[in-house]
Amino acid sequence: MRTGARLLRMLLRPTALIGLILVGGWLLVALFAPLLAPYDPLRSLVPLAAPGDHGPDGGMFLLGTDFIGRDILSRLIYGARTVITLATAATATAYMVGICGGLVAGFFRGRIDIALSFLANVILSFPLLILYIVIIVAMGASAANVILAVTFGSAPAIFRIVRTLTRDIAGRDFILAAITLGESTPRILFGEILPNVTGPLVVDFCLRLGYTAITIGALGFLGLGLPPPTPDWGSMVNEGRTLAFAYPHLVIFPCLAISSLVLGLSLLADGLRGREAQR
Amino acid sequence: MSELPILSVQNLTIALPKGADRPFAVKDVSFDVRRGEILCIVGESGSGKSVLSSSIMGAPPEGLTIAQGSVQLAGQELTTMGERQLRHIRGNRIAMIFQEPMAALNPAFPIGRQIEEVFELHDHLPAVERRRRTLALLESMQLPDPVRIADSFPHQLSGGQCQRAIIAMALAMNPEVLIADEPTTALDVTTQAQVLKLIRQLRERAGHGILFITHDFGVVAEIADRIAVMRMGEMVEIGEAKQILTHPSHPYTQALIAAVPSLAPKPRAALAREVPVLQVEGLRKSYGGRVALDGVSFSLAAGRTLSIVGESGCGKSTLARLIMRLATPGGGTVEVNGVDHLNRPPTALRMDVCSVQMVFQDPHGSLNPRRSIGATIARAARLAGADRKAARQRAEDLLDQVGLSRSAYHRRPAAFSGGQRQRVGIARALAMNPQIIIADESVSALDVSVQTQILALLKSLQTSLGVSILFITHDLRVAAQISDEIAVIQQGKIVEIGPPTQVLDAPKHPYTRQLVEAAPGRGMV
Repeated sequence: MRTGARLLRMLLRPTALIGLILVGGWLLVALFAPLLAPYDPLRSLVPLAAPGDHGPDGGMFLLGTDFIGRDILSRLIYGARTVITLATAATATAYMVGICGGLVAGFFRGRIDIALSFLANVILSFPLLILYIVIIVAMGASAANVILAVTFGSAPAIFRIVRTLTRDIAGRDFILAAITLGESTPRILFGEILPNVTGPLVVDFCLRLGYTAITIGALGFLGLGLPPPTPDWGSMVNEGRTLAFAYPHLVIFPCLAISSLVLGLSLLADGLRGREAQR
Repeated sequence: MSELPILSVQNLTIALPKGADRPFAVKDVSFDVRRGEILCIVGESGSGKSVLSSSIMGAPPEGLTIAQGSVQLAGQELTTMGERQLRHIRGNRIAMIFQEPMAALNPAFPIGRQIEEVFELHDHLPAVERRRRTLALLESMQLPDPVRIADSFPHQLSGGQCQRAIIAMALAMNPEVLIADEPTTALDVTTQAQVLKLIRQLRERAGHGILFITHDFGVVAEIADRIAVMRMGEMVEIGEAKQILTHPSHPYTQALIAAVPSLAPKPRAALAREVPVLQVEGLRKSYGGRVALDGVSFSLAAGRTLSIVGESGCGKSTLARLIMRLATPGGGTVEVNGVDHLNRPPTALRMDVCSVQMVFQDPHGSLNPRRSIGATIARAARLAGADRKAARQRAEDLLDQVGLSRSAYHRRPAAFSGGQRQRVGIARALAMNPQIIIADESVSALDVSVQTQILALLKSLQTSLGVSILFITHDLRVAAQISDEIAVIQQGKIVEIGPPTQVLDAPKHPYTRQLVEAAPGRGMV
């Protein structure tokens, strides 16, 4: 109960609160997309309508329409679904891989640690974006491949954090105690060590979720995201790019959407970091 | 008596921040330190003795403030002094010696350079003169080969040598007052005896006023001219050393002195039949060429206690790790109930670890901070084969048995004191129904009064459950209290083994004799 109350107090501080509102807002938008979106995000209505123009049915295009006449607001609302599910799934997968590798390398040390660390360093030494492009180009653009690419790119960094924390925890007496009680190795890794390394990971998760959202935006912009016509913020910016000078609303709103979500996640991470530091 | 005290503390009160468990860290404390005198401040952890010492230096720990009172150095008020003036006094007129010699020295510079720096800060001497004085200081600390020591880095020296270098540094400016905060706690007994002797000589030779802070009444008996006893931030008694050691007037002082384990062995009833449960034969282990354990053999009978006594690095913890199968030996055998314990197949491992359990040294590190203590104990019971419900029941019973309340089941380790956590550690070990408990320095991190309680608990559990205890310690006094047999270990070899009366009262080996003689406060009991 007390940790809950402390967490609440933490989240009510100005920066964390702004973060919470931004992220929570986008979550709600994604959740209730069918109720909130005024139009079908895939339907062509009036091409290149300006924000505020009225459509043939008398409704208003609050943020205008794109070059084939799809309502930008509706596409942004449905796009929130895409980016949030994809970013969360990709980050979570990266975490699973990074945590397992980090626990194993940090606990056993020796050869397996050298091998895994070497692999992680090799991946980390590649420019990330190029790595993503190679993976997507080689395997095709799909949700699964975006998740795979992000996992491949993010897991090594998570691995390194978990490995360092694990090395520290593994040397404590309560781990020795678990060994002398005959506790199985998986239980020592996931039952004894993991709960003690999650604190710093929660903060990192929030931040990394933001980075992944940017990455997905970037992949969409490069045409490597989800195949069209799926509403995706990054591809919306890409599609509007050539007409951006004449019709700035094509790119401004998707860009704002990406920025606000990432900013929200960063602020939230800051708030949680404060909580971690207080401990 | 007629002389003005060199350090005078009057009605000093130091406030704790709001929300702490008591309003004051130190409350209304008054005392004087005279020239050429050692005043010992004794107290258990949390008594406020360390807060007191840092506040005298004008630097109370963060968040604490001096609420009232005065501190005077030779008549000069320190509490109202600005940071700049204080800086001139620190190291120059009041110097401090800390508990952890290694942590107090900068690992990146040679010892000599660090001492010379003190001269540089407070005095403007030519380099040659600084070097000459540094070497003279090191020599006066009875350090062999001062030139080599001066050119060595801290990690190249032993703990005792580092502590002497720190004392040299503290004495560089010939301060009027020397504050020593637990200066020998981190040292081995033989080294401690040497450092205490050195501090005694300092007082006689140079007439510094020395404020010596410690938790150890043995050390007090060795060194104090006068004694002040602190408890929960208040000074309960102050007086001449002899008076307090022989006729303490305050009940707390009496309890503290009574809690100091006696060096005189307690006679223990002989068992009708001695059945060996643990037999160790020719056990060896080396780490990269350095021999940690060199052919150790002993046997432990059912329901008995064997203490392994030795100084740091003698191999006693390695011994525990080998028996617990936490490390592989370089040779030798360990038999539990006549069965080879080290090479049992993994399938028999579960039964195997059940029979030998361990209680660890550090009460803070030996429990998972994220798990309730009840769950920790119940988990051990589960591993011993109990089902969920029975495990929970067993954990509750064990909490009772080790003197904690059942209602503590759901609380996490952070809510408990060191002694209580050690009780949880014992309950966890007992949950496996072990025949043998290895206690590796299990009471050395505890205050004496708590130490006595835990030793009493171990003894009563031994009587009721019939477990054998392998008690690993550096403290001869504790060993004298709990053992049926004592084995003295030096550089990986058992040099002497026998009943406490024989080992402590008539030691045969010179090293044992040295250990017994170095035990602080021998005159006391």
